[in-house]
Amino acid sequence: MNVRRWVKITPTEAIVDGKLLDTKATGAALLTELYRNYTNDYPKFFKMDELSKLGFIAAELLLKGEDENHAEREDRAVILFNRCSSICNDRKYQDTISRPDDFFPSPSIFVYTLPNIVTGEIAIRHHYYGETAFYVLDEPDETLMRQVIAAAFADDTTTSVLTGWVDCETHDNFYAHIYVIDK
Amino acid sequence: MIQKIADNIYSPLGFTTAENYARVKQGDSMLRKYATDHAVSGSDVARLDLPEPFVASLFDWDKVEPMEGYTPFERIVIQSVKRAAEQTDIDLHSPRVLLVVSTTKGNIDLLDGHNTNFSDDRLQLGNAAQRIADYFGIVSRPLVVSNACISGLSAQITAMRMLETSDYETAIVVGADVQSRFIISGFQSFKALSPAECRPFDLERVGLNLGEAAATIIYNKVKRVAEDSWQAVKGAVRNDASHISNPSKTAEGCYRSLRSVTDGVDRADIAFINVHGTSTLYNDEMEAVAIARAGLQDTPINSLKGYYGHTMGAAGVLETILSMHALDEGLVLATRGFEELGVSRRVNVSAQNMPVSGNAFVKLLSGFGGCNAAMLFRKGGEA
Repeated sequence: MNVRRWVKITPTEAIVDGKLLDTKATGAALLTELYRNYTNDYPKFFKMDELSKLGFIAAELLLKGEDENHAEREDRAVILFNRCSSICNDRKYQDTISRPDDFFPSPSIFVYTLPNIVTGEIAIRHHYYGETAFYVLDEPDETLMRQVIAAAFADDTTTSVLTGWVDCETHDNFYAHIYVIDK
Repeated sequence: MIQKIADNIYSPLGFTTAENYARVKQGDSMLRKYATDHAVSGSDVARLDLPEPFVASLFDWDKVEPMEGYTPFERIVIQSVKRAAEQTDIDLHSPRVLLVVSTTKGNIDLLDGHNTNFSDDRLQLGNAAQRIADYFGIVSRPLVVSNACISGLSAQITAMRMLETSDYETAIVVGADVQSRFIISGFQSFKALSPAECRPFDLERVGLNLGEAAATIIYNKVKRVAEDSWQAVKGAVRNDASHISNPSKTAEGCYRSLRSVTDGVDRADIAFINVHGTSTLYNDEMEAVAIARAGLQDTPINSLKGYYGHTMGAAGVLETILSMHALDEGLVLATRGFEELGVSRRVNVSAQNMPVSGNAFVKLLSGFGGCNAAMLFRKGGEA
């Protein structure tokens, strides 16, 4: 298994293949700044929850130059891991149903109370019909993650996996480290 | 090869697979209408405190084994795994045992802060899974699959592949979810819930019912699958790449996953397809399109949502187990609630318990995030 390119995003910086990107904002605003600088043609970004924004923008940086025309493919899987599942957005949804006098459950917030939605957002953006999967671990475990990724290649359609850690505890406390692994 | 060595269904219909299977076979369900009148609905439902009535299949929590220090979700998971593990002689303390937990929301009912017996850590799915692993003395780190409504198949596919490609010898796959104000209000906001018992694939269907359950399958890696045992043959997950909550009009991901597991398989050997069949307008229509595209319109299909509602993280495991036990008797189970076909493609929905031929079946699921899963199971030793 070969790691080709990688992206890391923290609340204060974004790094692509070891190169620090020139950014000013921090926290949630950093994700918007990255979107403005490197994508800016996908307004659906603004409807996403923080976890999806984080995974989406990390994938944008990772795949820049690789698939500019977004050709359809079934052979690339999107398999992500984290610790906090969708807790950041879960809290936001809970707020909408907690006040008895102001009960307004919103479908557009509810749909993001699933961690795997970010894998769907990436698949939609890049036209990936392949496998999408989301795993939650008590803490990052490189050995177990490597086993899961190696196992994913047992699907003989899969030749490439976009994978890594995408975790969002609060809208200002997040971490993404993703990469592409080819068979 | 991957062989099933034990299973359990722990649901409002019963706490063993045998009990669940017998009750489903005779057409029973625990789907009930829960009104908002607290005096009528009892304490368990009053805790949900929802402004609109709903139909669901819920546990009577007084009957679920009490376990101090464990949440409702953890209790049903432990009870189900325990009952399955007791049927085997596996050494749970071996590092070659892997626990795979399938859940969408785990302990989300703790989020509103009403239950102060448990710390916030329990909201982390990995933390809850670790407590379950610790209960059984399982030493390898548990893996939680949270892939929306396909989690129960995603988890089985993961377990199967991990057995094939890693050093694990045994995989315990458990799927579970408990219902909460959080989940029910969300589905209500989507207008996805049916005000009456659901009617999968029927002309009159208007939505789904939610349900609670835990279900466990234990798989072993074997050289050869025994004659009367079930083999997990192949699984595939595919994405629609079109929308995060609406199924694809062309059933893209569902069709592709179905094609992936049935390509090269003798159609006569596929006894039935146990579909997701949630009873929403869009899901059932999408599955009919996928089945027609795959040329499987004559193969019997059935949905089990009319007995249990949509049990979310448990569904893929629970429905796989019932399908195996039905085919052990040469049957496809009735689609409870179905009368008249209400999808645009001709598909062969089984309205009654019916005899079928063939040694294999396909299980389908689809979920938010555009994900779809298909898995092929076969009885006996052939590849």
